[in-house]
Amino acid sequence: MHEIVSSVKRDYIADLARQGKRIDTRTLDQFREISIEVGPVKSAQGSALVKIGKTQVMAGVKVERAEPFADKPDSGMLIVNAELLPLASPTFEPGRPGENAIELARVVDRGIRESDAIDLEKLVIKSGEDVWAVFIDIYVLDHDGNLIDASALAAMAALLNAKPLEDEAWTLPEFPIQKKPVAVTVVKINDRLVVDPCVDEEGVMDARITIATIEDGSICAMQKGGIGCFSREELEQAHELARVKGAELRAKLG
Amino acid sequence: MEKPEKLIVDGKRLDGRAPDELRPLKIEAGILKRADGSASVELGANKVLAAVYGPREMHPRHLQQPDTAVLRCRYNMAPFSVDERKRPGPDRRSVEISKVTREALEPVLFLELYPRSAIDVFIEVLQADAGTRTAGITAATVALADAGVPMRDMISSVAVGKIDDTIVLDLTKAEDNWGTTDMPIAMMPRKKLITLLQMDGHFTKEEFEQALDLAFKGCEQIYGAQRQALREKYAIKKGE
Repeated sequence: MHEIVSSVKRDYIADLARQGKRIDTRTLDQFREISIEVGPVKSAQGSALVKIGKTQVMAGVKVERAEPFADKPDSGMLIVNAELLPLASPTFEPGRPGENAIELARVVDRGIRESDAIDLEKLVIKSGEDVWAVFIDIYVLDHDGNLIDASALAAMAALLNAKPLEDEAWTLPEFPIQKKPVAVTVVKINDRLVVDPCVDEEGVMDARITIATIEDGSICAMQKGGIGCFSREELEQAHELARVKGAELRAKLG
Repeated sequence: MEKPEKLIVDGKRLDGRAPDELRPLKIEAGILKRADGSASVELGANKVLAAVYGPREMHPRHLQQPDTAVLRCRYNMAPFSVDERKRPGPDRRSVEISKVTREALEPVLFLELYPRSAIDVFIEVLQADAGTRTAGITAATVALADAGVPMRDMISSVAVGKIDDTIVLDLTKAEDNWGTTDMPIAMMPRKKLITLLQMDGHFTKEEFEQALDLAFKGCEQIYGAQRQALREKYAIKKGE
């Protein structure tokens, strides 16, 4: 997912970080402008288009009847899939999802699943035989960095936008959402912690940590990525950033 | 197995361990003849093998990097390693684990010493009882050392988590399934730098800090066992 950055720019970004500055004049703990458009796709149960700066991610929710997993007869299903579309970046190629797309989908999945954002127990039609499967498809349209946060936000916005199904087996008055997890990714550049990296900053970063939090600031999922490491103090700082910035993102979900 | 009412009774876990106790651990270095380096890790019921090939010529050649070696990791589970047969081949979980394993190991390697080459790390889980990715990383590090690949530090890895509202070290399958939280972690034991961190479940700030404390302690023990395994293979014994 990382693109090659020229060594001049690399040094420039690293040097700016040391001074607490960034190439687009943001502060280290500042997100780019965020917009969330809900319901752009009518053929989906729920959908959302999230823009963070120039990054654009669409998420669509589809619900279908399915047979439950044998070990979870009384639970609906959640399936998250992510596509890094070739139109979104010169580095994305057509074909089966690679490890970056798989990691992206699984990190978004964990945030939603582990926080019990969807009350899956309500999505049972007949125990052990018939349940609702919720498919969240994440479509990356333009990659200017921070795809995880944008994708998690788009997925959550699409879930909140999801309408009850027009199907006689669907008996719930509304789509059963009970939590709003949001993911905040913090990257380390030249020993400084930075939120919402743009694509050039991702090309320069040593490592990243994504922390998904729920309303009370507690953590429901984490994932470190990149070839680098974090000290204990940096992780605790990252959690604090994720808590504060997460509340800002959550407020945008309405 | 049915979900037991409690996972911790009188301060003891289902297998009799204290919350901060590791399962029995056995590490052996150099157990495969053909590999440049290898190791096995047995942690409780987990049995994991790791083999290192390289640094060697990178194939396919278009993946060669002119200024550095490329580290490739493959985490794989044997079809017979879990209760229900696992379909052979990579699934989404193992692709992700392979990626985070590579990112956990790469910070300690001097890849720039070997331009155009590849270092291949193969991790095979033969028997699984939760914590296989961390056991795999622990084994891979010993295998890298056994292969003579220069490293800044070792990587020691263990999982911590939360069961019955208690922070515990080294979860079993049952504890992972029925517990609240699982947090695999890998670190450089001397520099105390974290190179792998994943988590799913629920932690408050205090629980997260407590879990990190326990992870540091656990990795310290793993580190001791890794060093011991290398010493057993490479120490000059009396009479030799």
